[in-house]
Amino acid sequence: MAHFIDRRLNGKNKSTVNRQRFIRRYKQQIKKAVSDAINKRSVTDIEQGESVSIPSKDIGEPTFHQGKGGIRNTVHPGNDQFTKGDKIKRPQGGQAGGSGEGEASDKGEGEDEFVFSISKDEYLDLLFEDLELPNLQKTQLDKLMEMETHRAGFCSDGVPTNIDIVRSLQGSLARRIAMSAGKKRQLKEALDALDKLEKQKMPDDAEIKLLIKEIEDLKSKISKVPFIDSFDLRFRNYEQRPKPTSKAVMFCLMDVSGSMDQATKEMAKRFYILLYMFLTRTYKDIEVVYIRHHTQAKEVDEQEFFYSQETGGTIVSSALKLMDEIVAKRYDPTQWNIYAAQASDGDNWADDSPNCTELLLNNILPKVRYYSYIEITNRAHQSLWREYEKITQTFDNFAIQHIRSVEDIYPIFRELFKKNSQKS
Amino acid sequence: MTQNINIDQPVKKLNEQYDNPNDETIQLSDGPDWTFELLEQYQAEIARVAAHYRLDTYPNQIEVIAAEQMMDAYSSIGMPIGYSHWSYGKKFIQTEQSYKRGQMGLAYEIVINSEPCISYLMEENTLPMQALVIAHACYGHNSFFKKNYLFKTWTDASSIIDYLVFAKNYIADCEQKYGLVQVESLLDSCHALMNYGVDRYKRPQSISLFEEQRRQEERETYLQSQVNELWKTIPQQQLQEKQDPPHFPNEPQENILYFIEKHAPLLHSWQREIIRIVRKISQYFYPQKQTQVMNEGWATFWHYTITNHLYDEGKVTDAFMMEILQSHTNVVYQPPYNSQYYSGINPYALGFNMMIDIRRMCENPTEEDKEWFPNIAGSNWLDTLHFAMENFKDESFISQYLSPKLIRDFKLFSILDDEKQNHLNVSAIHNQQGYHDIRQALSEQYNLSNLEPNIQVFDVNLKGDRALTLRYIPHNDIPLGDSKDEVIKHLHRLWGFKVKLETASSTGSVTTIAQCPTADEE
Repeated sequence: MAHFIDRRLNGKNKSTVNRQRFIRRYKQQIKKAVSDAINKRSVTDIEQGESVSIPSKDIGEPTFHQGKGGIRNTVHPGNDQFTKGDKIKRPQGGQAGGSGEGEASDKGEGEDEFVFSISKDEYLDLLFEDLELPNLQKTQLDKLMEMETHRAGFCSDGVPTNIDIVRSLQGSLARRIAMSAGKKRQLKEALDALDKLEKQKMPDDAEIKLLIKEIEDLKSKISKVPFIDSFDLRFRNYEQRPKPTSKAVMFCLMDVSGSMDQATKEMAKRFYILLYMFLTRTYKDIEVVYIRHHTQAKEVDEQEFFYSQETGGTIVSSALKLMDEIVAKRYDPTQWNIYAAQASDGDNWADDSPNCTELLLNNILPKVRYYSYIEITNRAHQSLWREYEKITQTFDNFAIQHIRSVEDIYPIFRELFKKNSQKS
Repeated sequence: MTQNINIDQPVKKLNEQYDNPNDETIQLSDGPDWTFELLEQYQAEIARVAAHYRLDTYPNQIEVIAAEQMMDAYSSIGMPIGYSHWSYGKKFIQTEQSYKRGQMGLAYEIVINSEPCISYLMEENTLPMQALVIAHACYGHNSFFKKNYLFKTWTDASSIIDYLVFAKNYIADCEQKYGLVQVESLLDSCHALMNYGVDRYKRPQSISLFEEQRRQEERETYLQSQVNELWKTIPQQQLQEKQDPPHFPNEPQENILYFIEKHAPLLHSWQREIIRIVRKISQYFYPQKQTQVMNEGWATFWHYTITNHLYDEGKVTDAFMMEILQSHTNVVYQPPYNSQYYSGINPYALGFNMMIDIRRMCENPTEEDKEWFPNIAGSNWLDTLHFAMENFKDESFISQYLSPKLIRDFKLFSILDDEKQNHLNVSAIHNQQGYHDIRQALSEQYNLSNLEPNIQVFDVNLKGDRALTLRYIPHNDIPLGDSKDEVIKHLHRLWGFKVKLETASSTGSVTTIAQCPTADEE
């Protein structure tokens, strides 16, 4: 008549499809919430999920229902004071009287926000949706493969350094058991027989001697089984596998001269972090090189990069030169995917700007996947911008953008990495 | 608040009136942890007692699920298989959020009107709770599904699962063929009109899955040709009879989705099929809307009666019974109107107490009962209860069986809210003059045709712009809610031509209250 089924192990995520449908449908609203959030968030927790809220009215499902008004006669329980004909003041806000018709207000007009959280992955997907790393094909194609050594089981010959002691001794033990077990059993039988004989009142000396000799023989045979034999040896085996290069290095170049204040640096930092997160979606290992410069450039750590205060003039080419040197020294462009982002307020010593162009054109741009320059300023563009503008026409892996305020960062970032089929 | 549950009542052990099974009474374990063996034992005992009370059920399929799965089941309105739609995702997210924040607990069980009758038990429940749920869902609701006339007339338990599978596959196919967005917007429009996809008077035929598929193909070709026929006649008619345009449809149609499915001129056949699917599912749930009080009351009455029977037989322990009663009392609690927990009448409380009250009237009738219910007072309570369950819906059940004693127990009173007056008026209370009025008012309150706006397809302008006109006939001058404009937009999407919504006031004047496209868009 009845049977039980244990469904607990069945899939729990029956609703996943519907949830995705929901997110797809309200993508515009959710995306807006996400891009609003990126500006509000502190930079450090940028990798968490996000709680998203959408105005309820946008997601309502309209149906015909009765509105307010008309004549209603509703029954309620728990009368404690009324008699027929009592008049009651109409409650404001429709709290008590509205019970029967509660549905009406539930569905439509509420101003609540529909709040729910999306996971970190969903968040990043939305954040970087429709964006792609430019020039990625080239990376995949022109690569000499790097080989990587992997363990691959055991084999019976090899060089002594690769001997696996545990395995070899296991082999030795097995061999010794196999070779001596029979003899050990005979030895035991002989010993038992000898024991019996000796306990007899009239031991037969001849037989005892015979047994003792047999015992001696067996013992010597057993002792001749070698403890370890070349047959036992096992060596660790290694093999070489090709490995596609997935290493990336990101150069962060920033002007730290007196004109860059903390707020400007903070904006630059947000930009760098977005770029870093975006790169992590493609590359497993990313190294970050921080180069700051005023009149001289210096490679620093993150803390110093963002927070130490400097003053002085600005020579941008110093940083480019340093970057070029570091690339030459540590990051072979055939093995590394190189990305660079430069942030500045646009100040540069006027005579230096042509040098920058020179360096970029000849040394840097041919080696990097992508070089982006963001100028964070409210003033008019200066010589650096104009020089850089010229480069954009010749190199498609070079882009410049102008940021005025925090709100611009995310849109500008999207602008930089927008999927662009004719470009790549 | 008087409840009819008296925990302190001394219980007669092994009452002779029950036909005691021959085996010696061994107390069943009272948990709290359950195992499948124990569930089997309880199930067998409950089945025995249920048979004793003549509960006729579909075979039970009892599935144990985890909390997340319960949320899945929630968000698909309890359907075990549902087509994909964003609104179910929204429901799921809502359920998940409020469950995680602890704003709501999950129901102990969900039961599906199908054959075999599928019930879900939550893994987290204790053994007594599982027993309660088995009695409540697998024997209470199940017997209601099988025997109540509305369910017998409108739903076909044996084919629903097949149909849902068919619907899911069909809609998935359409998504493949015609695109997600197309199908989704069509479903949006259908859902907006879901409550108007129900035949209230005609009985639908039950057909099997294969039959359904075969017919679907037939319909596909036939329907399209029919529609074209309809419009082909226009020029001829214009030539022949200019003086008296025929009214189409001849009579107002209450089933708007059905009308659209059959007559909307521009729909493709797959779109008509999807409308049909939504309509069918709506029809399937229609009886549940009309029998909430009865259904829950019946199931609650039986879990209460069955577990007490087991207790009287000595089959279950005191601890077991205490836990059952504890959650039972929570379920049937009715907060008074001025409580902060009050949100209308609790259907469990009302239904359960009415069932208990019917039994009381049969077994211990008072003079008042004899006067009010001469046919029931003193009759066989089991016969009477079965008859009540089988032949009524909430509205008629209340107007038939709500006794003055219950009105007094619940201290019911009715409030007349007329927007033309400045004050609310207490129209009746639980006294001699009020009983009839309150019973009448409460019954009305469960009459779906008073709750759902009465909107019907009134006219199609066959000769002119093919405009579709709907007419709203207000009940008690209650206007339509604000979302009507949105719904009309959805209807416009289905119909393909202008859609107009009129209201006919009690004085007979007709005014247009919504149209799409709106007058200034034209």
